[in-house]
Amino acid sequence: MVSPVVELRNVRAGYRDRLVLDGVSLTVSAGEWMAVIGPNGAGKSTLVKAMLGLTRLGGEVLIRGRDRRTLPARESARIIGYAPQQPAIPGGLTVTDYVLLGRTPHLGLLARERSADQRVVADVLRRLDLDKLAARRLGTLSGGERQRAVLARALAQQADVLLLDEPTTGLDLGHAQALLDLVDRLRREDGTTVVSTLHDLTLAGQYADRVLLLDGGETVAAGPPEEVLTPELLARHYDADVEVVTVAGRQVVIPVRTNGR
Amino acid sequence: MTTRPVTRLRARTLAGGIAVLLATMLMAVLIGAAELGWQRVLAEIWAQLVGGTSPLSEREAAILWQLRVPRVLLAGAVGAALAMSGAAFQGVFRNPLADPFLLGAAAGAGMAATIVVVFAPALTLWAASALPVAAFAGAVGGVALSWLLSTSYGGVSPTTLLLAGVAVSAFLTAVQTFVQQLNADTIRQVYNWMLGGLAITGWADFVSVIPYIGAAAVVLMVCARLLDVLSLGDAEAASLGVNPGRLRLLLISAASLATAAAVSVSGLIGFVGIIVPHFIRLTVGASYRVIVPLSVLGGASFLIVADQIARTAMPGELPIGVVTAFAGAPFFIIVLRRNAEKLW
Repeated sequence: MVSPVVELRNVRAGYRDRLVLDGVSLTVSAGEWMAVIGPNGAGKSTLVKAMLGLTRLGGEVLIRGRDRRTLPARESARIIGYAPQQPAIPGGLTVTDYVLLGRTPHLGLLARERSADQRVVADVLRRLDLDKLAARRLGTLSGGERQRAVLARALAQQADVLLLDEPTTGLDLGHAQALLDLVDRLRREDGTTVVSTLHDLTLAGQYADRVLLLDGGETVAAGPPEEVLTPELLARHYDADVEVVTVAGRQVVIPVRTNGR
Repeated sequence: MTTRPVTRLRARTLAGGIAVLLATMLMAVLIGAAELGWQRVLAEIWAQLVGGTSPLSEREAAILWQLRVPRVLLAGAVGAALAMSGAAFQGVFRNPLADPFLLGAAAGAGMAATIVVVFAPALTLWAASALPVAAFAGAVGGVALSWLLSTSYGGVSPTTLLLAGVAVSAFLTAVQTFVQQLNADTIRQVYNWMLGGLAITGWADFVSVIPYIGAAAVVLMVCARLLDVLSLGDAEAASLGVNPGRLRLLLISAASLATAAAVSVSGLIGFVGIIVPHFIRLTVGASYRVIVPLSVLGGASFLIVADQIARTAMPGELPIGVVTAFAGAPFFIIVLRRNAEKLW
């Protein structure tokens, strides 16, 4: 058994007056891709925040076996790289400048980047096919290029875990696929662990090793895609009528019109 | 190499900024109301630096070293303070309209200065007028009040802080106006202070503000990279190991101390904190690693030139705030229209 990189034990998290996660437990093993799915309001984003240490906590979040609450922020930033659902884009910064910010947890608080940091960034830009855009300002990029820049920023962190909150938001079919293919390739090449929330269930079925289905702040199912992406579970928790087809061993989720039921 | 970062402030750009500042300082020292003759002033400076005999009389030398030089240095320090603080505020609030007076520094200083002018015009502290000390305390107090009022649940959100600053400013300005109305005969004096000016003699003002402005400049320059991190928003900054709340407190404290020091000796000089950082953002680059150091140099140069115009353009003196806006605004509009698409 591979030791878990991230482990949540009975995590309760939320906001001042509202508990969003009510006792979620999960383990993410090194090198796997876990997709977190669930209807709107299920607690997916709060789960991401809990892993980042941005919410009050009950229960335990363990990062490489260490308690999230006592782990220094910079150290945890070297373990978990994060790409938010709606990243703030400082439009005036160039792609290179932006990606360099990913080196922050590796620098002394007051230090500047060394040539080693610049090599890491140059390498990331090349792998993400961003090297030709390196000198462009973020404000001039297309949506797809921008998402890649955000991913590059997270990769420049050289963290073991890539935490992606809805990485395909705003991307068309082809760009979404290209981005997830890219993540998958990086994962296989570097052994990076991936945790991503995904609202597109077919994409979850195509890319994830394991799927965690959240509803009402609780885990209602967890396991390989074929066990979680079933018409019954999805009908019950999404209140949707779907068919699930298996294509080349992977699940494809199709919404079916019900004529008003 | 295509991936060379442009955040890195290039030696060339930095050298250019320093050259512009030195040229402005020299120009301002050479030209003044008392016609000393620029060749003779140069000869005097040469004599002081290298040795030799000076062509200036003792009185003329005193005009140069006790009036012009400290005034130029003070204008530079004030300009640097306002411009770098403006840059820091824009970064902290992620808002292009943020300026160093936003959180009550101006209103606090204005209220305190008015109270001194009205109730204790002859008050002295440490054998000097109490006005600068009161203005400094008022500026720091205004910002501190905004900060305290916006604290909730152990944290301060930039939006809450900004709104608290607006409310505190409105309140302090109301107090100031009330006090002033009660004593209408002091309106002109208060008004003169508000418009800003650097009419000074000797080195005392410069020596009293430079520790604050110098220390703040060091803090802001060291934190310039973190201002870029802050531009990603709090969640991402935290995910990169930076504590955004603590960083904001540090940056606002440093910027406000520098602003308070500037206000205490020069009154309220508007526009510098907005125009200089934006000019750099539009022409050189949007990274704070470029904006902060160049704001120090550019702000100093800009205010030295503005003060030069203020004291030589007309017989008597123009308020420097009038010059910064009158000359700065049209110039800024031209730069803005040419580069608007680069903003943010």
